[in-house]
Amino acid sequence: MMTSDTTANTDAGNGNGTHTEVLTTRDGIPLKVSLAKALRREKLRSLALIAPLLVFILITFAAPIADMLFRSVENGIVSDTLPKTVQALSSWEADSPQTPGEPVFKALYEDLLVATEQKTHTRLGSRLNYEASGMSSLFRKTGRRVDRMDEAGPFKEQFIDVDDGWDELETWQVLKRYSPTITSGYFLNAADMELTADGVSMKPENERIYLYLFWRTLLLSLTITFSCLLLGYPVAFLLAALPARSANLLMILVLLPFWTSLLVRTSAWKVLLQQQGVINDFLVAIGIVGDANRLVMINNQTGTVIAMTHILLPFMILPLYSVMKTVSPTYVRAAKSLGATDWTAFWRVYFPQTVPGIGAGSILVFILAIGYYITPELVGGTSGIFISNRIAYHISSSLNWGLAAALGVILLGAVMLLFYVYDKIVGIDNVKLG
Amino acid sequence: MTETRGASVRYENVQKSYDGETLVVKNLNLDIPPGEFLTMLGPSGSGKTTCLMMLAGFEPATHGEIFLNDSPINNVPPHKRGIGMVFQNYALFPHMSVAENLAFPLQVRGMNRADQEKKVQRALEMVELGHFGSRRPAQLSGGQQQRVAVARALVFEPELVLMDEPLGALDKQLREQMQYEIKHIHENIGVSIVYVTHDQTEALTMSDRVAVFNDGIIQQLSSPDALYENPQNSFVAQFIGENNKLSGTVTEVAGDTCAVKLDDGTMLKADAVNIDGVGSRTTISLRPERVEFDTHEQMDNLVKGRIEEMIYLGDHIRVRMNVAGNTEFIVKVRNRGEKRDLRTGQTVEIGWAAGDCKALDAVA
Repeated sequence: MMTSDTTANTDAGNGNGTHTEVLTTRDGIPLKVSLAKALRREKLRSLALIAPLLVFILITFAAPIADMLFRSVENGIVSDTLPKTVQALSSWEADSPQTPGEPVFKALYEDLLVATEQKTHTRLGSRLNYEASGMSSLFRKTGRRVDRMDEAGPFKEQFIDVDDGWDELETWQVLKRYSPTITSGYFLNAADMELTADGVSMKPENERIYLYLFWRTLLLSLTITFSCLLLGYPVAFLLAALPARSANLLMILVLLPFWTSLLVRTSAWKVLLQQQGVINDFLVAIGIVGDANRLVMINNQTGTVIAMTHILLPFMILPLYSVMKTVSPTYVRAAKSLGATDWTAFWRVYFPQTVPGIGAGSILVFILAIGYYITPELVGGTSGIFISNRIAYHISSSLNWGLAAALGVILLGAVMLLFYVYDKIVGIDNVKLG
Repeated sequence: MTETRGASVRYENVQKSYDGETLVVKNLNLDIPPGEFLTMLGPSGSGKTTCLMMLAGFEPATHGEIFLNDSPINNVPPHKRGIGMVFQNYALFPHMSVAENLAFPLQVRGMNRADQEKKVQRALEMVELGHFGSRRPAQLSGGQQQRVAVARALVFEPELVLMDEPLGALDKQLREQMQYEIKHIHENIGVSIVYVTHDQTEALTMSDRVAVFNDGIIQQLSSPDALYENPQNSFVAQFIGENNKLSGTVTEVAGDTCAVKLDDGTMLKADAVNIDGVGSRTTISLRPERVEFDTHEQMDNLVKGRIEEMIYLGDHIRVRMNVAGNTEFIVKVRNRGEKRDLRTGQTVEIGWAAGDCKALDAVA
């Protein structure tokens, strides 16, 4: 039969104005149900096709990231290591003028006996040391002598005898403050703030580093994005305007850095930029720069900007090129025939049509730059490093994963916020990657 | 739009080569008087668009000089030539509204805002798009975009407007309608228009004169009717309208007429247009609608042919015949309502006047 199985059940609607017409198949099943059934197999098949990748990404990418991000607020260590003490401390107010009484010290004794046996007290010490210096040694010292204490008590004197720290209000305030399993401490730290007895306040001026580092990361990333745009735009224009043969050659030159190891490229910049390097030697040789005051172009911000602009340039050129390729040269011709000078034709007619490419390239370069690690590490020195270098330091050297996670969350949040603002101002549909 | 007089254009010995090896335009001489609608017609690669681009200033002439109103313009950049142009795909700026598109040429000329708006509105009304000023080009249909493109090329009141196959992207019906509109605009405002197309109907409909291009040379420059009635060579005869070709040898020349012996021995009388004299090879050109089935003794040429195929086309019937060895010989029979006893396979006599067939240069 050539006719379709689905027919409009028009009789139901005829002569009855209020009755809404439901389309059904011949056997009376609503058309929508029928359609969904017919498409279900197709949907299941597409789901099955992407399932391996989906599972892979969830397990190896999404889950670890979620876990790392959770570490920025997780703080089970105090209540895990000193469960009884935490419970006993609940009756002690953080703003009380006296250290806690005997029951708390008794609980601490019992907790520490278990902790020293399992050797978890040193970990707690290092953790609390992030918040107040001296905590690490306090716990080590106490841990060494806790098994020699008199089981009969009184414990308070014995503890104070081991270390004066136990008689200090601050010690107990820190313990109390970090006894909940969720903490904002890492985030405050990452924002150069601290939780004191009086609430949240900025750290002393000389201890603030992260806000400045965030600011610098942002500023350098913007600088890199802008210089990529400045250098990439003419190249992309040339690529789009040249005949296919020469354009292909130029394209290979643009892509060549992609095929070279990142480390090799970065190291090459070290060779070029250092004070005894190629560029300085050349400048001295032709007499522009005196031998005594060779330019400092590496291990500072200049080095980071130069090397990263070079490395990220293709990410700017490619989206620009793909957009420029679609802008027909007749537009410029039309503008000229209408009386526009070369510059007006470019600025009022050609340039606006390449804005989607500029948007795409800039987002790409900026987001890559703001999280970049290797290049700033190698050529940035101390003044040219990014926030990601600090995150890496906390992950691999100081082992303060909570702080690293908090910094990471802030970085992620900042990127997303910028993305959102960009969407509001430029519009994400205005971005073309090809 | 105010009454403007068109500009005159003159090509003098213009040659153009892109690669230094072949000439795309070979020694072009062309005079376009003020206010004329001139069409450059030809197959693709014939050099017509190149000629237009040289006039617009987008391609430099390799040799020769182009004059606009008697002043040489070879060294004048495109934006100073003041020539309006309509492009093949309209080239409306996609990021500007229709009104902004139209205001663009006025803005770059530094006209004040009030005047701009007045002119833009008038130009929009001229193409009957008065309420479309705030739309984006992408929101318009092809025909509307076409009109905007025409309005934009005219809004700054140029004396000369160039059109590069502007109707190529439209469907047949719209194309015909736009042909008349462009023709009427030309008649109303009197600018000179140089129009490039490969569509002969377009050329015949609109132009004052048509320059038929082939191989970088103007094959014939005449009015549309002369082009059709009196083609000067085989290319033009073949390119304009439908045409029957019959090859033969000239046996006798008498004034304007000549006798031709076809390859199968048939003798024909024809107008001597483009032949080298007795004994030379020639191609006879004959329009399908000039051939008659109702023959009589006084006809100059009477030939027998076999009907190969008949196609009914409503207003006429196309009869494909085998005449003197040419199996693609077409005869158009007007549909007058009378029953005619024509059948495939029949051999019938057909005839035509000597003045209807032209002896032209021989083609292979």
